[in-house]
Amino acid sequence: MFGKLTWQAIPWDQPIPLVAGSVVVLIVLAVLAWVVIKGYLPYLWREWITSVDHKRIGVMYTLLGAVMLLRGFIDAIMMRSQQAAAFRAAGYLPPEHYDQIFSAHGTIMIFFAAMPIVIGLMNFAVPLQLGVRDVAFPTLNSTSFWLTATGALLVNISLVIGEFARTGWLVYPPLSGLPYSPGVGVDYYLWALLISGVGTLMTGINFVTTILKIRAPGMSYLRMTIFCWTALAANLLIVAAFPILTATLAMLALDRYLDFHFFTNEAGGNMMMFINLIWAWGHPEVYILVLPAFGIFSEVISTFSGKPLFNYRSMVAATMFICLVSYMVWLHHFFTMGAGGNVNAFFGISTSIIAVGTGVKIYNWLFTMYGGRIRFATPMLWSMGFLVTFVIGGMTGVLLAVPPADFLLHNSLFLVAHFHNVIIGGVLFAAFAGITYWFPKAFGFKLDEGWGKIAFWLSLIGFYVVFMPLYVAGLLGMTRRLQHYDVAAWRPWVLVAGIGIIIMICAAACQVVQFVVSIRRRDELRDETGDPWDGRSLEWATASPPPPFNFAVLPDVRGEEPYWEIKRRAIETQQLSAEPKYEPIEMPRNSPTGFITAFFCTMTGFALIWHIWWMVGLGIVAAYAVFVWFAWRDVTEYSIPAEEVARFDRARRQAREQWLAQHAGQPA
Amino acid sequence: MRGGVGTVKQLPDSRSAVVTRPLQRHAVPCRMSAALIALLSVSGCSGGVLDAQGPIGAADAKILLNAVGIMLVIVVPTIIAILAFGWWFRASNTRARYRPEFVYSGGIEVVVWGIPTLVIMFLGGVIWIGSHDLDPFKPISSPDKPTEVQVVSLDWKWLFIYPDQGVASVNELAVPAGIPVHFSLTSASVMNMFFVPQLGSMIATMNGMVTQLHLAADKPGEFYGQSAQFSGDGFSDMNFILRAVPQDGFAQWIATARQSGSALDRTSYLALCQQSSNVRPFTYRTVDASLFNAVVNQQLPPCPGPNIEGPGATVRPRLER
Repeated sequence: MFGKLTWQAIPWDQPIPLVAGSVVVLIVLAVLAWVVIKGYLPYLWREWITSVDHKRIGVMYTLLGAVMLLRGFIDAIMMRSQQAAAFRAAGYLPPEHYDQIFSAHGTIMIFFAAMPIVIGLMNFAVPLQLGVRDVAFPTLNSTSFWLTATGALLVNISLVIGEFARTGWLVYPPLSGLPYSPGVGVDYYLWALLISGVGTLMTGINFVTTILKIRAPGMSYLRMTIFCWTALAANLLIVAAFPILTATLAMLALDRYLDFHFFTNEAGGNMMMFINLIWAWGHPEVYILVLPAFGIFSEVISTFSGKPLFNYRSMVAATMFICLVSYMVWLHHFFTMGAGGNVNAFFGISTSIIAVGTGVKIYNWLFTMYGGRIRFATPMLWSMGFLVTFVIGGMTGVLLAVPPADFLLHNSLFLVAHFHNVIIGGVLFAAFAGITYWFPKAFGFKLDEGWGKIAFWLSLIGFYVVFMPLYVAGLLGMTRRLQHYDVAAWRPWVLVAGIGIIIMICAAACQVVQFVVSIRRRDELRDETGDPWDGRSLEWATASPPPPFNFAVLPDVRGEEPYWEIKRRAIETQQLSAEPKYEPIEMPRNSPTGFITAFFCTMTGFALIWHIWWMVGLGIVAAYAVFVWFAWRDVTEYSIPAEEVARFDRARRQAREQWLAQHAGQPA
Repeated sequence: MRGGVGTVKQLPDSRSAVVTRPLQRHAVPCRMSAALIALLSVSGCSGGVLDAQGPIGAADAKILLNAVGIMLVIVVPTIIAILAFGWWFRASNTRARYRPEFVYSGGIEVVVWGIPTLVIMFLGGVIWIGSHDLDPFKPISSPDKPTEVQVVSLDWKWLFIYPDQGVASVNELAVPAGIPVHFSLTSASVMNMFFVPQLGSMIATMNGMVTQLHLAADKPGEFYGQSAQFSGDGFSDMNFILRAVPQDGFAQWIATARQSGSALDRTSYLALCQQSSNVRPFTYRTVDASLFNAVVNQQLPPCPGPNIEGPGATVRPRLER
């Protein structure tokens, strides 16, 4: 009846996951109870869960990412403390648990923390910056989000029911094959990523379509913000790369479930094919994350320097250059598999060529600051921290692209330090910069600057204290994923990294405090103008938070920095543009399709993991039925009357009149 | 930059083995990198990859340091410029000129594309030559015939077979100092990575495939070796000692090994095959000459994974301790 699922699946004998899991379950139940008792459930269902509004979906993505970031961070704390304790000792985590933790850390951080935050920020900002009302396929967007949530849920269920993969975050066969991993861990990994991967692919299709086909009048390609350009590049990469991931993991699933031999040791399979395929996805994935991060920094640095981005076209070229070349470098992840001099040299050189594009970007940001009038608000501090940190991470990255150096450093803590250097210094700092930057747009009040700055400085210092020692440990030969070790020379460095993680804990606490304090002080931090940072692109041309339809009338774009130009014109002429003629606006209706589909996909995934075949059939049929039901709908849109549009826009114009009065004396 | 691209040095005559310490001879191209180099030097004298004890490791480390040097030439000024521009153009600095119209410069564009391109072209040369010179499959040129060692990674221990001497050892590897060693490597189960940090290049071991590696130790010593590819629950104990011994010491070691221990035939191999971790080093007195090839071409099946008979073993298999 329930396949492999019995009471033994719950780790009764392991206090750490049991207690952690129970606490999580209790918190979730408490939140649910609070929501139900307070009567928020109908509101949540109507305004959020079934919402197809790109801004709401963006916020939910970012929230999911932030919660998973915390989960992944707890894994990181456990790893660092285990290694600090496990010198000539067993530490407190047995190997079968420690191996799950580092596998879950990588999986969660990449797929369920970094990706949702990046996609969330794209969701929120791209349509606003393009000056349009929504993405191309709003209901698909909602479905993408809920499928990502399905993946995150499955990974977290593995904490209390069964186990997670013990193979590392990229489940290399043969280790991930049935003979060496007979447990359910790898299955959790496979189905979580197969289901959420479909969601990500749909996001990619959605955003490529949106950016290519739906832009405000006058918004030509070379008037789009760099964030839109990087979003385009990242989503093109998603569309091209995620099918490879899905196909690769599907082949591994066939190996495990139906005794296929794609990657086995016998019957003609070859595990090297898996490693090639997974990195053919995996390296573009790095740029899927970091290109939008570059976009965020471009917005922030330009806004807070009070200058347009330096060499805009060069920036566009560098973005698309990186997008293209990122496909030709995957082999640098396994120089030590013995491919030979020619192959290694080719991929080493192509990898270092990417540094040209990145270098160009760094210099363009540098010259954006040159001659600027830089305000060091929290988003700008994150950007400065990024610039310095990323240059160092880029250097160690190019170093690892030199095959003979990689022969010494591959899989060492030097490598671990390198990719954390670029992912924390690049993607995570961008996430915090982007969240602080767009938070007032999303919620109508700014985040508390004091706590934000403390969080920044602690994160920056904590990062260096954790990862610089790991560079040294790697140079001392320490390989990654060690549950315990006996080499005395490594110990001091591992201990310093352990101290660094304490600083990081303080930084994370400050982040949380920042949100709590800001929400409590929201009336003082209120932004009435819709333009709290003196912004330059179109998202600042509407109210904070924007109405469901974003803009009362679609903006007329005449240059690279449309909102900056609108503001200059207003100051020059000392009046706002004439009040437009308001018309009713058609917006897509909310739909529970995404949520219900994801519910049945979760059921299917769980059933596949535990071999509950009847539930697999039920889940697939039901998920498809939801799609059919959605496809048969008659009414797809609702209309917002012109009066309501006018009421909203007049209120906004009033705020802008006040702003104009304050800037009356300012020269254009 | 003196020294140029690292190449594999010819091994000196084994009787007068000269210690090669690339760090001490290495010319540092950039003074501003002193702090970083100091850090590297700290790690250089305590058994890491920069404390190379053989020609391959020395050449790898030399390329590593050269590449760092080449990149520091632009990285350090860039970081200084970032901090300097940020500081000088702060909004509160009234002496800094606000130039919002400074958004394009053809000259700067040429420089920002040009300098990284030139650096990467230079580095590309280093990569091309280094990849070929230090390809792990490439033999070390030496007047001495290399010692042959066949390596089999097992869950979770290392089996070293000496085909010419007819002995084998587990988790202990003795080689004559000053003479190249030719490793042929495979795996009996999952993928691992053979790595002796102080001797240089690592290489993967994979079931059904043979990789090659050439290393040498300059002088006698004991070197830590490990797997550098996570391979399962017993991975952390999958390390070994590489003992580089003088030539007569090696002959002695072989003689001792021949007199003690059991015989490694297919039966005892299947026993060794079972998953086990933290295995103390031991030797086999004789070895089936066809064993390595039998593992490679799958005449001997891949070693088994965890036992799946017990309750819950297909849900959460446990390492037996």
